[in-house]
Amino acid sequence: MRYVVAFGRFWWDFVVGDDWTVAAGVAVALGAVAVLADAGINAWWLLPLAVALLTGISVWRQASSSSDDDYHVSG
Amino acid sequence: MSTATILIALGAFLASAVEMVEALTIVLGVGTVRGWRSTLIGVAAATVVLAVLVAALGPALQQIPIDALRLVVGGLLLVFGLQWLRKAILRSSGYKPLHDEDEAFRRERADAEAAGGERRAGLDWYSFTVAFKGVLLEGLEVVFIVITFGSAQGHLAVAVVGAAAALVVVVVAGFLARGPLERVPENTIKFAVGLLLTSFGCFWGAEGAGVDWPGDELSLLALVAFLATFSWLAVRALRRRRLAYTPAEAGA
Repeated sequence: MRYVVAFGRFWWDFVVGDDWTVAAGVAVALGAVAVLADAGINAWWLLPLAVALLTGISVWRQASSSSDDDYHVSG
Repeated sequence: MSTATILIALGAFLASAVEMVEALTIVLGVGTVRGWRSTLIGVAAATVVLAVLVAALGPALQQIPIDALRLVVGGLLLVFGLQWLRKAILRSSGYKPLHDEDEAFRRERADAEAAGGERRAGLDWYSFTVAFKGVLLEGLEVVFIVITFGSAQGHLAVAVVGAAAALVVVVVAGFLARGPLERVPENTIKFAVGLLLTSFGCFWGAEGAGVDWPGDELSLLALVAFLATFSWLAVRALRRRRLAYTPAEAGA
């Protein structure tokens, strides 16, 4: 069982990495694109915009947490 | 040769090059301290495992219907590529340290000198396992990219050739330099790979979800340009934020 968990954790870290919200956001955006396409709307613009938004939020949040860490270390 | 084919070859080449530079540092660090026989056997064993993965998974994925494959592969590439892109943005803006090959090489040598001399199956077990794990782990990312790039567009051979060319270039450069390739602009290459993976992920993911891209494959170039511009703006904004934060931090 321990090996199965370790194997699963390895692949989770490998593909998803340190911010699961980005992966969840990508899944939601892809689902929305598919629903819109099914309704006859060619929403080619949606995924790039979602990717930019998710990336921006993720890096800003990581930068904030590393700034907080620096602050606590030096303070 | 189409736009997608050129970008696939370029992406596989760059991703393979940057991962192989890191693997080369590990192999050189161990090999120069503990000898080459067990180290090179470890490298060869990992290379065989990676080649078997490509040979088995590549053709198997091509049996899946193309739209379903592109949706899944696009989604995976997007999530995977965003890891590269986010890290590259954070490194470029100073929020994450740059990878230092020279430091990694020195650390690898120090670890190799301190390790015990256990022997198994006639091999120096430390050299074998470190070289095997180093090449396998760095190579897995290359295999992932080669398989996803190759299968979603039906150009597995192009991706394999791109990755193999990078392997040859890095090994020859390492041989000529007789040391780690610390002058390779790793973060710039990782930035480019992140942009390509994310752009292909967007393109194939949306196509698999039922989208028709305006301009078909040419929209890949527009995606790369859009994401590059966005990343550049993100780096600038984060750098400004960091510089604005530093004086306050100093005064705290």
